[in-house]
Amino acid sequence: MIRVDDIHKSFGKVRAVRGLGFTAPDGKITGLLGPNGAGKSTTLRVLYTVLRPDSGSATIDGHDVVTDSLAARRCTGALPHGAGLYPHLTARENIVYFAKLCGLPKSELNGRVDRIIEQLDIGDIAHRRTKGFSQGERTRVALARALVHDPQNVILDEPSNGLDVMATRALRELILQLKAAGRCVLFSSHVMQEVAALCDDIVIVANGRIAAVGTANEIRERTGCEDLEDAFVAALKGVPD
Amino acid sequence: MGTIGTVFAKEVLDNFRDRRTLLSALIMGPLFGPILFAFIINLSIQRSLSDAEETLDVPVIGAEHAPNLASYLESRNLRIVDAPESRDAAIAAVETGQHDVVVYIPGNIGERLRQSLPARIEVISDQANSAATRDARRVRSALYGYNQELVAMRLAARGISPLAVQPLNIDDVDVSTPSGRSALLLGMMSYFFIFSLMMGGMYLAIDSTAGERERGSLEPLLSLPVTRDRLILGKISAACLFMMLSLALSMLAFFVALNFLPLEQLGMTPNFGLPVVGKAFLLLLPFILLGAALMTLVASFTKSYREAQTWLSGLLLAPTLPILIVSVLTLRPQTVYMFIPSLSQHLLLVDMVKNEPLDPLHVTISVVCTLAIGIALTWLCARLYRREGLLG
Repeated sequence: MIRVDDIHKSFGKVRAVRGLGFTAPDGKITGLLGPNGAGKSTTLRVLYTVLRPDSGSATIDGHDVVTDSLAARRCTGALPHGAGLYPHLTARENIVYFAKLCGLPKSELNGRVDRIIEQLDIGDIAHRRTKGFSQGERTRVALARALVHDPQNVILDEPSNGLDVMATRALRELILQLKAAGRCVLFSSHVMQEVAALCDDIVIVANGRIAAVGTANEIRERTGCEDLEDAFVAALKGVPD
Repeated sequence: MGTIGTVFAKEVLDNFRDRRTLLSALIMGPLFGPILFAFIINLSIQRSLSDAEETLDVPVIGAEHAPNLASYLESRNLRIVDAPESRDAAIAAVETGQHDVVVYIPGNIGERLRQSLPARIEVISDQANSAATRDARRVRSALYGYNQELVAMRLAARGISPLAVQPLNIDDVDVSTPSGRSALLLGMMSYFFIFSLMMGGMYLAIDSTAGERERGSLEPLLSLPVTRDRLILGKISAACLFMMLSLALSMLAFFVALNFLPLEQLGMTPNFGLPVVGKAFLLLLPFILLGAALMTLVASFTKSYREAQTWLSGLLLAPTLPILIVSVLTLRPQTVYMFIPSLSQHLLLVDMVKNEPLDPLHVTISVVCTLAIGIALTWLCARLYRREGLLG
């Protein structure tokens, strides 16, 4: 479970996040929806502990991301935006490297890696060096790398970016599998249809603040709009600059 | 295998598959020095041989006025050839580079000599041209020789011993050994060793920050449940391995080159056998950690791969600077110098090549001090790897 409580983060004069708070429970898919530059990535980067919030706090399974970041990372698998692979290593070597760094014991390592390769259907490219992989192939390998240690919490930053229809479907299925397995999935997107189709809870973010929280239906009701897109726009309008 | 070991193994594998790293670490760095060195040595051997032995063609104007002088010059291996017609033509010919040196003997020389008055002889050359300067020096020394003969003859004719006008007999006593003379030239070696070892780790040092960032693999890596200290230590140790390889290859290349070069002809016998190669390698080992940490540190401040490359190319020269200064000033090893990395290794290496005993205190200070700075820089790298600015 991921809890975010009133976090603030500025880069110089740019106030990227100003008072964001929400909870992403286990066994549910939570979507962070918002226009470009809303503060989605910054929030997720705080959660996978590469950034420290200026104020406020966040916990993953009860571990504070600042004071106990190692424990927080241990129960998290993260796919950062535009995650890159090591081009001179094969897809499998990329995954094995992360698996080892996650501390998977040797006895389980190969089994885990084989299973995640199968799960993400990248068996045919597993032994090729990743140089020259397509965007879809790269994303799938990066995803396999992030999930190889079977984390309870999964953070995905715009995972469907640059994916074609088939790859997007496969990704959606994987996310649903994770949900079914009782995982906490938090992902960001600026594509509303995707979020609406997949998420149990939606957190609409704009200008570093929360514009609306709830299920798709709740947000429709609250804004008084039938169409989710209209609801999204209406929610954004309510946020001060 | 711990985290450091995992990172180390991955970096080594990754870089062995990277042609650019291999080229710079295992070919360009190690071979650049020995090849340049062999080239320079060959050139200077050829020059020094041609100096003494070859006959030099010297155009002489007015040789017919001084037949004795002309035959004296011939006896000094200077062949008199056709000269320009006049002194002005000779000056023009030297200016245009048609002749390197021309001797001008005025027509009144016989008369002046008979009257025991100083006779004027001109050696026309371009002092800005180093090859011409060498030829002019040979001509001048032959003319001085002839001058001395005339002095001796005149004094003998007056019943005075020529020794009377030579109160001092100045003689140079050269105590340098063949190994010592080698040191002058071979002092350059440590420059190349350090250059080569830095080249060996350059791409790995860039990769640990700017490279990972540009590839987009830094954030995924940092989101793993490992401490950043271990990541950077693994990366620095991989850089150290490549630097060691590069250094070892560079030393072996020099060892082979020195065995093939006819250094005895320059009066040099470098003390650079395999045992010395081994000792020199051990002596330079502490510098490897320092170099790796320094390059990683500088690369971590850069915004991109290219920027890192620019900075590190400049940084390659930094450790060679003290060596250059010392070579120019020809300083002797002193205890204070042993505190300065790269300088201490250079001075100790020169002593080794000279076959002089090493001061154990000097070696200890050099090793301890270089290691201490290396460890401090590594610690600083680890500190800086924790900051957010790393993400760019």
